[in-house]
Amino acid sequence: MHQTKTEAPLLEVKGLKTGFNIDGQIYHAVDGVSFSVKSRQIVGIVGESGCGKSVMSMSVMKLLPVGVGEITDGEVVFQGNNIENLSESEMNKIRGKDVSMIFQEPMTALNPVFTIGFQLAEVLLNHFDISKQDARERCISLLQSVGISRPEKIVDEYPHQLSGGMRQRVMIAMAIACQPKLLIADEPTTALDVTVQAQILDLLKEIQEKNDMSVILITHDLGVVAEMCDEVIVMYAGKIVERTDVDTLFYNPKHPYTKMLLDSIPKMEEVEETLGSIEGIVPSLKNMPKVGCRFAERCPVATDECKRITPKLAEVASGHEVSCLLYKTSYPMEEVK
Amino acid sequence: MNQAMKERKDEVLLEVQNLKTYYPIKGGFFKRTVGNVKAVDDVSFEILKGETLGLVGESGCGKSTTGRTILRLTKPTDGKIIFDGKDITNLAGTTLRKIRQDFQMVFQDPYASLNPKQMVGDVVAEPIKNYYKKSSKELKPEIIELLKKVGLPEDAYYKYPHEFSGGQRQRIGIARALALRPKLIIADEPVSALDVSVQSQVLNLLKELQEEFDLTFLFIAHDLSVVKHMSDRIGVMYLGGIVEIADKNGLYAEPLHPYTKALISAIPYPDPRRKKERIILEGDVPSPANPPTGCPFHPRCAFATDECRAVKPALKEVKPGHRVACHLYNE
Repeated sequence: MHQTKTEAPLLEVKGLKTGFNIDGQIYHAVDGVSFSVKSRQIVGIVGESGCGKSVMSMSVMKLLPVGVGEITDGEVVFQGNNIENLSESEMNKIRGKDVSMIFQEPMTALNPVFTIGFQLAEVLLNHFDISKQDARERCISLLQSVGISRPEKIVDEYPHQLSGGMRQRVMIAMAIACQPKLLIADEPTTALDVTVQAQILDLLKEIQEKNDMSVILITHDLGVVAEMCDEVIVMYAGKIVERTDVDTLFYNPKHPYTKMLLDSIPKMEEVEETLGSIEGIVPSLKNMPKVGCRFAERCPVATDECKRITPKLAEVASGHEVSCLLYKTSYPMEEVK
Repeated sequence: MNQAMKERKDEVLLEVQNLKTYYPIKGGFFKRTVGNVKAVDDVSFEILKGETLGLVGESGCGKSTTGRTILRLTKPTDGKIIFDGKDITNLAGTTLRKIRQDFQMVFQDPYASLNPKQMVGDVVAEPIKNYYKKSSKELKPEIIELLKKVGLPEDAYYKYPHEFSGGQRQRIGIARALALRPKLIIADEPVSALDVSVQSQVLNLLKELQEEFDLTFLFIAHDLSVVKHMSDRIGVMYLGGIVEIADKNGLYAEPLHPYTKALISAIPYPDPRRKKERIILEGDVPSPANPPTGCPFHPRCAFATDECRAVKPALKEVKPGHRVACHLYNE
């Protein structure tokens, strides 16, 4: 990747491989993923369930379950520091302060036995040297900034007293409490209704602009990607198949998987009798093909070569990377004739 | 709409009149009824033969309860359900059992709606065995034919649900619903648990089967673009009632109710070049146990007047085939 080096990226992921130990064998849920996030950028990661998008975000936060999943190769560089070299206590200083995360399930991400105020203040008290009274004041203004009406009351309420949309607002308040530089939002609106989703997406964008924050938005909804993101990474079975800016993705997609994914969504303003669909399913971790393109089995334009040669992610145009043998650039070095 | 359907356009398969389903809230020492959750509150519509009626709405709007009440899985509090000319509202026992052959359901969660201990062949054969004295052996060719129809391999017959992916399980659920050759299928969020690429497979399958088996669908979902793709007419529900009902093109080209407008504008559209005006609704859906007075939508509506706060608007036809419940369209 050749980028004009005006600014060092905030986050750089290089050749990341995350493996899970299943019955003594290591299987890679994320297999050689590289990308970078610049400051103030919203990067979308799209893919179907099981493509490794959530595992990747867990790897970046170093939140993988100990003894089960681990980073086996590659590195994650955040603000110039390789997180592999950081101890758990150093990581704790970064988590919540410089990088924070919003999870999919607002119903389960909050602790039901503590008040909203207690859980919010915990973040602040952990990272700043302030009194409890100050923390409470800050909590109230935070709740206000995420659009919660009557924050003075909500502070003392428990999660079950709030609706799904309100809980997700609280999660966002918690995530932005320390004004992080990077926010990882893992399916932040999937569990919400459309009208509430619209509120939350608007809020996220507003905060991102106000705080000059970078966001990694993990989602399966291409509509959300189109509205929110600057850059998009499409993942399939643990690998990046395409990476480009949002406009190119929707108007000039190159990878067959991306094209078919775009075809398979019903569109409001078009009348289609049958939707495009992708036959078959994502191969499971244990049945992942060892060589060749991982999409080959479901790909309508796959050739014998696709099953033999593993394509590499390479630029087809400036800022547009694709991993598919339809494009010469994707042939690995030794195969180029 | 195909030709055959046009000819039978006036044949109504299902008619729902002023349907109400209330769930009592028990409280106090003697567990007396202290209130009602008005899950479905005065809903009327009809479904023509061969047509697909979509019901959309956000969680808690009563769309699933409507579906369940029509199947008589829940007892209606008031109103009438007329299926194929027969009033089935108060049927019970064997008469209800008999009529139930004609309507089947496809459920939302393909992981919870199949018995994990049952072989797929038995899962699909069960509805038939319920009504006819036939052995598994007799039924086997028919079941395998059904499995093939829904796009499953023949050897699926001997497998168990856990051996299948979500999309394939949903196909099993569809095969089971088809087993008795019903007239009406109620599909309650049949694709919301599936990935987009798999979702489109199942949607296409449902459309194909509708042609082949001459089915009528009540399609319940929260995703407007999915509902639009599947339905001929669409009803929009809010807090237990239908606020707007029209044919799909009319509804999308010219939504009348402020809620429908907001709902349509809230859908993230997969086109980054489109900058659209979005109507953001304030707040959440109120609790159906304690609905607001007047129009249930008035606390979130930008056009609410005193009349809206006091009087609940009735569903009125404002254009041919386009009915809306809103005071803005009073003459």
